[in-house]
Amino acid sequence: METGKKSILENEGFLAILSALLCIAAGLLVGYIVLLIINPAGGTEAIITILKNYMTYPSKPAALKYLGSTLVKTAPLLMCALSIQFCYQAGLFNIGAAGQYVAGAGAALYGALALGLPWYVCTLMAMAAGALFGCIVGFLKAYCNVNEVISGIMLNWIGLYLVNMLLSGVKEVASPYTITINSTNPSALLPSLGLEALFSNNKYVTIAVPLSVLIAILLWILLNKTVFGYEITATGLNKDAARYCGMREKKNLILTLIIGGMLAGLGAAFLYLSGYEQWQTTASSVPVMGFNGIAATFLGGLNPIGTIFSSYFIQHITSGGSYLDKGVYPSQISDLISAIIIYLCSFVLFFKTFIRGRAAARKERTREVKAS
Amino acid sequence: MAEEYAIEMLNITKRFPGIVANDNITLQLKKGEIHALLGENGAGKSTLMSVLFGLYQAEEGIIKKDGREVKIMDPNDANALGIGMVHQHFKLVQCFTVLDNIILGVETTKHGILQKDEARKKVMALSDKYGLKVDPDAKIEDITVGMQQRTEILKMLYRDNEILIFDEPTAVLTPAEIDELMQIMKNLAAEGKSILFISHKLQEIIMVADRCTVLRRGKYIATVNVPESTGKELSSMMVGRDVKLVADKEDKTPGDVILKVENMTVASRLHNNNAVKNVSFEVRESEIVCIAGIDGNGQTELIYGLSGLEPIVSGKITLSGKDISRASVRERSRAGMSHIPEDRHKHGLILDYSLAYNMVLQRYFEPQFRSGMGFLKRKEIFSYADKLIEQYDVRSGQGAATRVRSMSGGNQQKAIIARELDKDPKLLLAVQPTRGLDVGAIEYIHSQLIAQRDEGHAVLLVSLELEEVLSISDRILVMYEGEIVGELDPKKTKRDELGLYMAGAKRQSPGEMNTSGGEPGGNR
Repeated sequence: METGKKSILENEGFLAILSALLCIAAGLLVGYIVLLIINPAGGTEAIITILKNYMTYPSKPAALKYLGSTLVKTAPLLMCALSIQFCYQAGLFNIGAAGQYVAGAGAALYGALALGLPWYVCTLMAMAAGALFGCIVGFLKAYCNVNEVISGIMLNWIGLYLVNMLLSGVKEVASPYTITINSTNPSALLPSLGLEALFSNNKYVTIAVPLSVLIAILLWILLNKTVFGYEITATGLNKDAARYCGMREKKNLILTLIIGGMLAGLGAAFLYLSGYEQWQTTASSVPVMGFNGIAATFLGGLNPIGTIFSSYFIQHITSGGSYLDKGVYPSQISDLISAIIIYLCSFVLFFKTFIRGRAAARKERTREVKAS
Repeated sequence: MAEEYAIEMLNITKRFPGIVANDNITLQLKKGEIHALLGENGAGKSTLMSVLFGLYQAEEGIIKKDGREVKIMDPNDANALGIGMVHQHFKLVQCFTVLDNIILGVETTKHGILQKDEARKKVMALSDKYGLKVDPDAKIEDITVGMQQRTEILKMLYRDNEILIFDEPTAVLTPAEIDELMQIMKNLAAEGKSILFISHKLQEIIMVADRCTVLRRGKYIATVNVPESTGKELSSMMVGRDVKLVADKEDKTPGDVILKVENMTVASRLHNNNAVKNVSFEVRESEIVCIAGIDGNGQTELIYGLSGLEPIVSGKITLSGKDISRASVRERSRAGMSHIPEDRHKHGLILDYSLAYNMVLQRYFEPQFRSGMGFLKRKEIFSYADKLIEQYDVRSGQGAATRVRSMSGGNQQKAIIARELDKDPKLLLAVQPTRGLDVGAIEYIHSQLIAQRDEGHAVLLVSLELEEVLSISDRILVMYEGEIVGELDPKKTKRDELGLYMAGAKRQSPGEMNTSGGEPGGNR
């Protein structure tokens, strides 16, 4: 009875889900309006196409197959989102996840195609490359006080061109794309353990999908149940207090970015070692996976478990967007919708904090008055 | 005089969801009087002033100016009625001159061009009339806090405000400046200005106020004529029970040296000079040594150097015989140092963590709270927190699970004190441990500090409050511009004398000082 009746609005989980759903609804609504402006006649149909994604296929096996494809791309997105989320917990905005992802892609493909290594070694190389990139950002931040956003963005580009150079030795003769793993070194493909059978033999569905979910759960445990998570979160919430109680903030900071880099690098391995995509060695923009991870993180309420669902959702509408008639709609329409969602997220986060703060303060005051 | 009262707030009731912040409060400010508003934190002083300023609208009650009922819907209305306020934290533009700050917002212009000459004349006239000495061309960042405050007062006078509100004006001033301010307030009142003086410092109220309205927990308690009242009476009205204004403490003989500081120099974070210059002193068992001084004379950096938050430039720190000059914060903490930090929000607490997690901030890594695998032992942490909450009477909405941000300042401070004292430290660094707290909490904290001393621990207290310095310390070291300029015995020192040292007007030669705490002349 001490705490009295608890309003549903005070339930953290409920608030987080509510705010995420509100964002999604509002984001879709604005997206819908934009679609209507571009093409008043087909707008409704277009938004339905985006939402249906693989379900536009009438046959169940085909739908399952393309659900598989969405999941294949969800796994790397989830890893990037987790990378950003993990660093955010420590008060760091790891926009460099995109570059760490690129580094991971380069290392994984180089290992697979140039060195002919098996998948597990390639995966470890991808993680190491991502970690190295994270580590550079961490060192610069800890010892030279360089903002992680600045050094992260610069490393994104450094990474992109380094990887382009590195992989130009293993590209197809006639195209800028890297040669396929399937034809060169099948041992570098991630094992599927029979998962493809569940998705109408979509051979790109590998252990990456369940593994990414497992990692999200492990990360949740790491952050919430361990001493390391306690320190990381404390540093993120108040780094002065962390210093005051003797946490080694510099060490934690670098370690956080190393882990963040590892996660992003692993994400790249999850995509490129599934054979689903080839690297384009003439790429002149950093893959969007790392940036979409930012969106997924915030939509997921900065919670690893929530991020699983938000990553899926963002990938779902991104994949759905690709079914639109490119002659009528620009391909960025799904990016637009997720961007709107993220914008709204920050507002809802604000309202959520506000409501919670008011509720808590009111409760405390009532109690004190009663106590007198 | 047609009407006796300049401002009347009659039967004001202001409710917030779940709480009545002002419950039927009446405040009547006579013309030309200094009226103190006394109350603990959370008593409703700020709410009442916000109602007067139009920031909040009262649900019940009326406000009268010169006997006529007025509606104050926003701060502009308040300004138009001649109500001005000096905020606790000054609202001045640092890189502007005094004159620019005074005329800011009410500049006289001609064809869009500033006309400062007239303004300057008016400012100087006001300055002379009330004895508010300022240099109109000095920049705010270059002048003393006292002069900044005088600038704020001139701002109100320049706007022809009749009703002047001073919100905790003495918190930042030296004793001499406080005396000066009191004189200024008396001058202003003599010239017919009406002054509302918000404070929880009884002594100042007794010095300067004519009448005093006391609030407690949102309720009006009484309005008394100050000359006919005593400090004890006022404080028990404010707190609702008798409080000890002077801490009880018995004499103790200091034991072995616990903390020994030799020629310590600490760099400043703000400028290129050293903030602490070649300081040496000792703190012994069973004594409270107090570092007195005006804010910004190196006390903060001294503590940073001692606690390891900042590296020291040179010198040596020894804790119970162990050299910790280069030790990390954690090593110092493990060696028996506890630290009640100056800024409890910046350093002392992680506001968005639960109370339980904050209680173990200094010992979460101990086997008691972490398993071999690196997992937190949540159950042990919560039961430990429950024990401390009980023992130190920390009040919060949901016990150990309460988010610390939602707790009151006094209870947050109690939580820090519980955490730091439960470490059973050999040396306790306490930096302004009573800042911003009400009388009841201050009394509690003083008794805890004295208990530490009585148990044989060494306490180094940094305080800006003279009363605190004089009432609970065993030895006073005065810091001025990064140096220790005097060592004083609180029993033999008068407030004024201490003030002279703090202001840098007086200093002892190194020979006179005997910073080791032994018998005078008994140097080893």
